[in-house]
Amino acid sequence: MSPAGGIFFHLGASHHTAPLALREKLALTPEKTAVLGARLGAAGELREWAVLSTCNRVEFYGVAGSPAAIDRLQAEFCALLECSPVDFAGAARRTFGLEALRHLLVVAAGLDSQMLGETEIFGQVKESYAGALRRGTAGPVLNRAFQKTFQAAKFVRTHTAITEGQVSVASVAVDLALKIFGGLRTVRVLLLGAGEIGEKTARAFQSRGAEALTVASRRLERAMELAQALAAAALPFEHAPGRLAEFDIVLCATSAPGVVLTHDAVAAAMRRRPARPLFFIDLALPRDVEPTVAKLPNVFLYNLDDLAKIAEENRAARESEVGRAQALVAEKAGALWPRLEQLCRNIEVGAAAPSRSLASAR
Amino acid sequence: MLSILTDRQWLWIAAGFYLAGFALGTMALLRERRHSRVLMYILIASGYGLQNAGLWLRGQAEHGCPLGNQFEIFQFTAWSATTLFLVIGATFRLSLLGYFTSALMAALTVVSLAIPEWDATHRANVFGGNPWLEFHAALALFSYGVFALLALTSLLFLLRNYSLKNKRLGGWFSFLPSIIELDQISLRLLAAGVVLLTASLVVGSVWWLRDPPGSVHMVAVTIAVWLAYAIALGLRLRGALIAQRFAWVCTALFVAALVSLDTVDHGSHPAPAARAISN
Repeated sequence: MSPAGGIFFHLGASHHTAPLALREKLALTPEKTAVLGARLGAAGELREWAVLSTCNRVEFYGVAGSPAAIDRLQAEFCALLECSPVDFAGAARRTFGLEALRHLLVVAAGLDSQMLGETEIFGQVKESYAGALRRGTAGPVLNRAFQKTFQAAKFVRTHTAITEGQVSVASVAVDLALKIFGGLRTVRVLLLGAGEIGEKTARAFQSRGAEALTVASRRLERAMELAQALAAAALPFEHAPGRLAEFDIVLCATSAPGVVLTHDAVAAAMRRRPARPLFFIDLALPRDVEPTVAKLPNVFLYNLDDLAKIAEENRAARESEVGRAQALVAEKAGALWPRLEQLCRNIEVGAAAPSRSLASAR
Repeated sequence: MLSILTDRQWLWIAAGFYLAGFALGTMALLRERRHSRVLMYILIASGYGLQNAGLWLRGQAEHGCPLGNQFEIFQFTAWSATTLFLVIGATFRLSLLGYFTSALMAALTVVSLAIPEWDATHRANVFGGNPWLEFHAALALFSYGVFALLALTSLLFLLRNYSLKNKRLGGWFSFLPSIIELDQISLRLLAAGVVLLTASLVVGSVWWLRDPPGSVHMVAVTIAVWLAYAIALGLRLRGALIAQRFAWVCTALFVAALVSLDTVDHGSHPAPAARAISN
């Protein structure tokens, strides 16, 4: 066994350094990952490795016997994806030891995400570890590193406001609906208009549990097409104002030149369901809903500007928490590193480990 | 064991726990953080346990339900509302309800303890040894406890409605429960309160028919409170009293019911044979 042991490393490119065109080339499918695994299997000096591939990053975490093993990984990766090694090298970042560990924690906590504090990355990091377990490329170092990373990321999320408040217009709309209805399982949603923003918002509602969705568009065939894609019902557009009382949430996203839902139509609907709230999300420009409906009891109206303003406020609130979250990550990484370093030392490698000066090299 | 302290001392300590719950919630809100729901529940449950001890000692001394003066009526109303919170709080897990409950309980118990006149005299044998009359009074005051909790959920509804209508969703507004949850729990509390008060009046009316009460005011006020809540329930079920108007009415009715307790207390039958309370 080598007295120097293995090097814990991170190698990869993210949205910070790689433009979209390059990230598209770097996307690693499960099939390609399997091929890469087979090619690296013969390399020998890469003792453990896991890959995190999302739309915003492709990153390897692992334990290498020497810097040459990491070079080999980079070369095989570029060759497999037919990506210019020069382009990749220009966008890639390598970190070692404690810095690599800290980076993993920062990523898992959502602090390095394009949408600060987003939680989807946590599941993606988990999937990355699960992939390594399936391939048999996770060993004692990665096992401990990932398991402790999950704990640390959860700690950061629960002890700071880094994930609080939604930061996209569609998520803000869903969040508002939850403040009115508590849950979305039993609410009935009407989507007026079959455009992209309406569809995106409707999908956000479905992803959070809304089951009863109806689509109405001025072009019935387009409404039926979208309804099919969303597993929803379709409704002739002209019937929508008269059937408002049947719905709890109305997503308005038409390209109509004027008001589609008048104060009188909404007031008439509320007379038929006075005790149940009606929530209008007006995403259209010009607006679809007459603004005075907001004055009706149990009626709530939010337009595009309102939603964008809330998203912006939430984003600012998250940003104000970054310092505190980073400090927690540094503390957790510092506490974990000594044990991880010891595990790295115990790794059997065939060649000497790199000098400490590599610790922050690119 | 309980006699190591006087009843009022137990009740003061109970009030201290309610105040601690209120302080915990206030500090968390000022820091725009969510308070620990478990800790809040423990503080209120501890206050409730200590209040039980104080009221138990009172009841032992009076050989019945301690409802002999304004102080005891306020304490019993607070105790009833807390009993209900401990069930509802654990079942529905309504965010901030614990904070508002601790605030109201602290207010009711501290005010009743801080005004010595309310506990200076005490009508002995207030129910004339009639267990049905005692049951009637206890049931009526328990319904007031339900209405106290209804006032709190209504207050939460008004705040949530204000935040959504005025698009103020950040800070501690973000901790408020949803409109639907608050509306549903308020409706259930109103229905429960009306049922309890109706049962209390039915029991009381049997006694009133046999032995008419000395004060017509007391009967009139009690029936007026019952009628007001019953009308509110009817209108709510018909959809004629909804949303913030419903919440305002429930809040205002509780304030009126609280004020009416003075009339009910002074109109209690039989005529007071006042005795000083020794502490």
